[in-house]
Amino acid sequence: MMYAWDFNVLWQYWDLFMYGLWLTVVYTVGSIVFGVAIGLVVCAARLSGWKILSFIARFYQEIFRCTPLLVQLLWFYYAFPMLVGVSIDNHVAAMLSLSLYVGAFYAEIFRGGILSIERGQREAAAAIGMSPWQSMTRIIMPQAVKRMLPAFINQSVIQFKNTSLVSVISVADLAYMAAVVNSQTYRPLESYTVMALLYIAVLFPLTQVADWIERRMRVSD
Amino acid sequence: MSRTANMPVDDKVILHGRDIRKSFGALDVLKGVDVALTRGEVVGLIGPSGSGKSTLIRCLNMMETPSAGEIVFKGRRIGRKFRDSGDACGIGTLRRHVGMVFQHFNLFPHKTVLQNVTEGPIIVLKMSKAQAEEHALDLLAQVGLADKRDSYPSQLSGGQKQRVAIARALAMKPDVLLLDEVTSALDPELVGEVLQVIRRLADEGMTMAIVTHEMAFAAEVADRVLFLDGGNIAVEGTPDETIRNPSNERLAAFVARFNH
Repeated sequence: MMYAWDFNVLWQYWDLFMYGLWLTVVYTVGSIVFGVAIGLVVCAARLSGWKILSFIARFYQEIFRCTPLLVQLLWFYYAFPMLVGVSIDNHVAAMLSLSLYVGAFYAEIFRGGILSIERGQREAAAAIGMSPWQSMTRIIMPQAVKRMLPAFINQSVIQFKNTSLVSVISVADLAYMAAVVNSQTYRPLESYTVMALLYIAVLFPLTQVADWIERRMRVSD
Repeated sequence: MSRTANMPVDDKVILHGRDIRKSFGALDVLKGVDVALTRGEVVGLIGPSGSGKSTLIRCLNMMETPSAGEIVFKGRRIGRKFRDSGDACGIGTLRRHVGMVFQHFNLFPHKTVLQNVTEGPIIVLKMSKAQAEEHALDLLAQVGLADKRDSYPSQLSGGQKQRVAIARALAMKPDVLLLDEVTSALDPELVGEVLQVIRRLADEGMTMAIVTHEMAFAAEVADRVLFLDGGNIAVEGTPDETIRNPSNERLAAFVARFNH
């Protein structure tokens, strides 16, 4: 049997796809920004040398790294409101889970990058009288960021794709909109293929740029 | 001979480690060592590995925190904080005046040779960039590396890296320079060029403490030699009394190992 492709019927739904893609980008960028902030704080806590603080940070990381994002979304949307007695908007639940989820991974990437810098670098900075802050910002971080970059970009690419899960709590992202279009047109092949192509259209150029940045930053090595 | 018998104790002492003890867990690496550096003096620290000589030199700029005892810089006791507090001199202040060169160079790989040397003066001493660069280029010329100013450390040989590291320490215009086995990681043919730089510093009157396994070199440049053994200063004296004509049995056995 031959399937007759027909993308033309999708044209009238183009604005739905575009709106969905826009939300996907918003959730990705938003959760990356919050996630970086969370990751920095958690990383600092883990490296603080203060046991209680480090334990709490570790506890958070393990909770969010060891449960699926889908489970976290469902929990924040359906379970958490019962716990606190306040209903939570699905957009808030989505942004909250996405940020906490990626923050746990970012913290580990930051920590790994900082710890990968040899002790001698910190000592050399200290030996010329640098304060711990100067040593961290001028000597350790510039080198650590370079080492973190591939893992950071990789995690962010995964994050972009992970946002598709927010559709299960009715956030109208790209995946959600593709399902809507499918239900209107009964054209799953076209609807979901367009969705897949739109994900690729955004991510492929980004991964290329990432590779290029990585190559450029290797100059001094 | 008492350990502190010929210890110079006067106002010419710049850096003084008093009764320094250091333990790592149950291991007592330093068991109460006194060492005083007088202005212009070169002190050689020798001894078998594990004797505590590197730990001692690292205590002198608080790279290791002594378990007991104190470091005194120009008459001021060094505290435990980075900044000066009360009458205690801060660790940061100490390190601005006491430079250190490491066995493994520890150059900043993301900075050029010139930036490695100017980093301290610009960031810590708040010197202007132009002034710092002028001074740095002068120092790089002195260690024979002026043409490498824009290279990255990864493009240099071990000997060149160590000469840059010495220039980086000198850029702070230190009162004292601590050298911790600075030739131990070098290929044999590169040792000479680094020793040559240190020799000149000694001639120019730089106050230095040198941990080294180069016995002939220690005998040549040191005014005073300390032989550490098991966390104590076992023998202290001139190069003649120590390296060239050791009377102490353990020191004699130690030195003999380097003479063939």
